[in-house]
Amino acid sequence: MNAPAPAVKKLRVATTSLAGCFGCHMSFLDIDERIIPLLDLIEFDRSPLTDIKHCGPCDLGIIEGGLCNAENVHVLREFRKNCKFLVAMGACAINGGLPAQRNHLDLRDVLEEVYQTDVGLSHGGIPNDPELPLPLNEVHPIHEVVKIDYFLPGCPPPADAIWKLLTDLLAGRTPTLGHGLMHYD
Amino acid sequence: MTDFSRIDAVLAHHDRNGTRLVQILREVQEQLGWLSPATLSYIAEGVGWPRAQVSGTAAFYSFFHTRQRGKYCVLWSDNITDRMLGNTDLMDAMCKKLWLEPGRVSEDGLVSVNTTSCTGMCDQGPALLVNYRAVTGMTLQRVDEMAELIRTEVPIAEWPAEWFAVQDNVRRTEILLAGNFAPGSALRAAHERAEVDGLSSSNNRSFRESLPHGIAGPMAMLDEIQRSKLRGRGGAGFSTRFKWEACRNAPLRADQERIVVCNADEGEPGTFKDRVLLTSYADLVFEGMTVAAYAVGATRGFLYLRGEYRYLLEPLEAVLARRRAAGLLGKSILDIPGARFDIEIHLGAGAYVCGEESALIESLEGKPGRPRVRPPFPVTNGYLDQPTIVNNVETFASAALVALHGGDWFAAIGTKQSTGTKILSVSGDVARPGIYEYPYGVTVRQVLADCGATDTLAVQISGPSGMCLAEDEFDRRIAFEDVPTAGAFMVFNTSRDMFEVARNFSHFFAHESCGFCTPCRVGTTLVRNIMDKIANRHGSPYDINELFKLHRLMQGASHCGLGNTACNPVFDTLNKFRPAYETRLMSLDYEPAFDLDAALSEARQMTGRDDAGAHFAAHSPDEANA
Amino acid sequence: MNETNTFLLDGEEIPFTPGQTIIQAATAHGVYIPHLCWHPEFKAHGSCKICTVKVNGRFGSSCTMAAQAGMNVENRSTELDDKRRTLLQMYFVEGNHFCPSCEKSGNCSLQATAYELKMVSPHFDMFYPDRPVDASHPDILLDFNRCIMCSLCVTASREVDGKNVFSMGGRGLLGRRIHISSESGKLADTDFALTDRAASICPVGVILPKRKGFAVPIGERKYDKLPINLQVTEETQ
Ligand SMILES: Cc1cc2nc3c(=O)[nH]c(=O)nc-3n(C[C@H](O)[C@H](O)[C@H](O)COP(=O)(O)O)c2cc1C
Ligand code: SF4
Ligand code: SF4
Ligand code: SF4
Ligand code: FES
Ligand code: FES
Repeated sequence: MNAPAPAVKKLRVATTSLAGCFGCHMSFLDIDERIIPLLDLIEFDRSPLTDIKHCGPCDLGIIEGGLCNAENVHVLREFRKNCKFLVAMGACAINGGLPAQRNHLDLRDVLEEVYQTDVGLSHGGIPNDPELPLPLNEVHPIHEVVKIDYFLPGCPPPADAIWKLLTDLLAGRTPTLGHGLMHYD
Repeated sequence: MTDFSRIDAVLAHHDRNGTRLVQILREVQEQLGWLSPATLSYIAEGVGWPRAQVSGTAAFYSFFHTRQRGKYCVLWSDNITDRMLGNTDLMDAMCKKLWLEPGRVSEDGLVSVNTTSCTGMCDQGPALLVNYRAVTGMTLQRVDEMAELIRTEVPIAEWPAEWFAVQDNVRRTEILLAGNFAPGSALRAAHERAEVDGLSSSNNRSFRESLPHGIAGPMAMLDEIQRSKLRGRGGAGFSTRFKWEACRNAPLRADQERIVVCNADEGEPGTFKDRVLLTSYADLVFEGMTVAAYAVGATRGFLYLRGEYRYLLEPLEAVLARRRAAGLLGKSILDIPGARFDIEIHLGAGAYVCGEESALIESLEGKPGRPRVRPPFPVTNGYLDQPTIVNNVETFASAALVALHGGDWFAAIGTKQSTGTKILSVSGDVARPGIYEYPYGVTVRQVLADCGATDTLAVQISGPSGMCLAEDEFDRRIAFEDVPTAGAFMVFNTSRDMFEVARNFSHFFAHESCGFCTPCRVGTTLVRNIMDKIANRHGSPYDINELFKLHRLMQGASHCGLGNTACNPVFDTLNKFRPAYETRLMSLDYEPAFDLDAALSEARQMTGRDDAGAHFAAHSPDEANA
Repeated sequence: MNETNTFLLDGEEIPFTPGQTIIQAATAHGVYIPHLCWHPEFKAHGSCKICTVKVNGRFGSSCTMAAQAGMNVENRSTELDDKRRTLLQMYFVEGNHFCPSCEKSGNCSLQATAYELKMVSPHFDMFYPDRPVDASHPDILLDFNRCIMCSLCVTASREVDGKNVFSMGGRGLLGRRIHISSESGKLADTDFALTDRAASICPVGVILPKRKGFAVPIGERKYDKLPINLQVTEETQ
């Protein structure tokens, strides 16, 4: 009974923005000074908040944005492979959001319109540099491609909702959002 | 240019009565080929109905075209039994011959080729409809010849008559199919059964009330029906006596009359016995309806005939005319002045849900076939809010025999709870497909032996909405208390894949859902998509759980029997033929429904790229593991 | 009121007058039964099935089932709420619901019901259907991407406005939709008016007045203030 308390293992968290607007990450930062106590409990792996380029083994992966191109899919799969839990954060990750509004158009028409017909951009044709990720025929929410464990709706989700989700997870509770924290806009 | 004079003629024929809209739309389309926006406006104005209601109704029925259709419209019956007879290859061959994509009208507006739900020719498939005329026994040679006739624009009336021949294929007969029924004999027997009780009514409002025997006759008829313990043959097995009595006792308001409806929608895939009854035993059916009218006091009758059986319309009209001439229908039946009852035929237009009795009534009233909220039930508030009985074709045929021979005679046949006989429509992997009549209580095994089935893996009984039986259940009996059935008996031998059977049925339900209630409208499509996902080798155990979850939801929450039973084939095959699903699963982990690499196809095409970065590596289990 | 005219709803005794449906009795008593296609002013449609309850152990639609003395009705059980959530998810995948760009957001019954039932994702694969927007009318915009096929506009136009501007037609997931009473199919070619009851009945963001968008600031909208389950009595007024 007198053994020293084991050092609390910090929750390792990775975050990324796929086809999103960074709005959700901005909202994350809106938890303001609560980030300080939070950093006692979690440490960041790959994230726009760090400079780590590839996701290592993590407890939690938080994903903003849906899947618009091949690169998005690669990153999502990397997260799924390395994270114990994945959270879909924000409208775009959950239902495709604004980017998915292109889904009722044919991608070929979109590319043609943008790169060949439109006067402003038409020089040079459709870029075919192998360095560039190819766009998917349709935008997909992330749960259509990998299993997602938790969802955090909102565009963006309020900082308090993000805080609630994280503190619930840290405490080992199934995250819940009450009135005011749960909204889709 | 729309030919308004032809529309006017149709409208006049129907007294510009909006409740006859479905018939008006069908007849106008038969004249003009399709229902253009101007045609719909004209009809709406003609019947005085809101235009949105007319266009909304036209859009409900698969057989109505609100866009210009080809001069030739070919629809391949796509039941699993047609599939087993090779319809897919034949249809592909036809499309190739005609330079067509399925579902598209050719550029010259000549022809379109597509699929349709089971056309009720399962014992003589592969079958199709050409401009809504039934064709059976398609072969590669017929495909070639038909394509040639279409290309050279030979009118369908000049096509080989044998293509349109429909066989009865009656293989086993008992009381109904014995074929020795004398028109009028059942009515006379019913009429003569009652003692004269002096209760003759004076106002001659209906057949029943105007009979010299008064209401004693109808009462005696109902007693016979009760003694016969006749139950409905349309699937649910409801007591016929109970239904008829409720209708008879329902109060009539001024200007109302009681209605008898014969349900000949026969849309359940694999069912074709009503077609045979109406082809060769129509007198028995119409006489049963007239007996029912006598018992419940109805003066008006409808036969609701599925659009796929359009070719039966003229022969049936001829039978009705003959019966009128013989005093078995009309204004003074059996020469009793004022004893009146007549039957009118309404055609459906390609909607399985219209077999559901309240949807059928909506359709008779000129509306989309949307099942009503119940209660109230049709027996009190049916056709145009009048007391209405809806019974299956075979129920009426049986009722005629009850009238003729008495209830005790009938009840002695079959089992205690399931009296009389049942006609089975046998198709699939059997030597002798066709129509088999048995006393209730026959075992599935006996039927299989009689029709020459060998190596049987499964039998789908009562169609997709019924049940799928595996070998260890073949000693079960066809009876309401054991294996109830509306008649379909589709046999699958050990070379068949029960997953594909269930997948075919999931497509059927997604196509036929009326769309009224959410669980069925969306659920049937979700189930179909998951079945396709598994078929495309993208499935995982996660998807199997989803199927079970959708089954639990749709079974309880759907508005009508269609949604409630739509998952039955999936549920049964998941339980009884699970390996057929499991061998297709691609991984134990969640998998997307679509092929990721194919999702880059359009971008590859537009950029001309084909480097490694322009593809997703083949699925790596490592990557998918959480 | 006859004192025997009560039934149990999640264990609570609910009085009713004969002829009332379960949801009418519950609503009059201030108890929330989740629902979408039912509106207290009109006869029940019975299509959304969100109001599904268990009556003496059997599923039924509380908006169409008559209340009967002594019946035992289960409403907010985990089992029923799970089913309701799945039905809501069906709506969110069959249509295009991008709440951030929808003028109805915050005042929308579908959205508020989804909050109440703790729906955090659409769960199924999205259908992303191609549905039309009709901006032809000078005062009204129609965005059918959000239609839940409740038919309230059909009923309101027919019964209150006496106009029959709308009708629910077609079949199945792809076919079923609102038809508009004009040969062009455009709202501008009907006698629809902003003052029609049908113009304000839509529980979601399909029938929207033009130039009124986003008038109420976030935080002040109907369901920002109170969740839908606490606004039961208000709706019957
Ligand atoms: C989706 C659906 C389709 C149906 N199709 C038919 C049909 O084609 N023929 C039929 O007789 N009954 C059909 N029924 C059953 C009818 O609703 C009704 O129960 C039957 O016609 C009653 O007749 P019976 O009592 O003589 O069996 C169908 C029911 C459902 C739910
Ligand atoms: S269960 Fe299906 S067919 Fe029946 S009413 Fe609902 S949507 Fe229509
Ligand atoms: S209708 Fe309601 S649920 Fe749909 S997008 Fe608008 S606010 Fe969201
Ligand atoms: S437009 Fe609105 S009111 Fe009309 S059916 Fe659709 S959701 Fe209901
Ligand atoms: S990126 Fe956060 S809501 Fe769209
Ligand atoms: S509220 Fe009852 S079915 Fe919609």
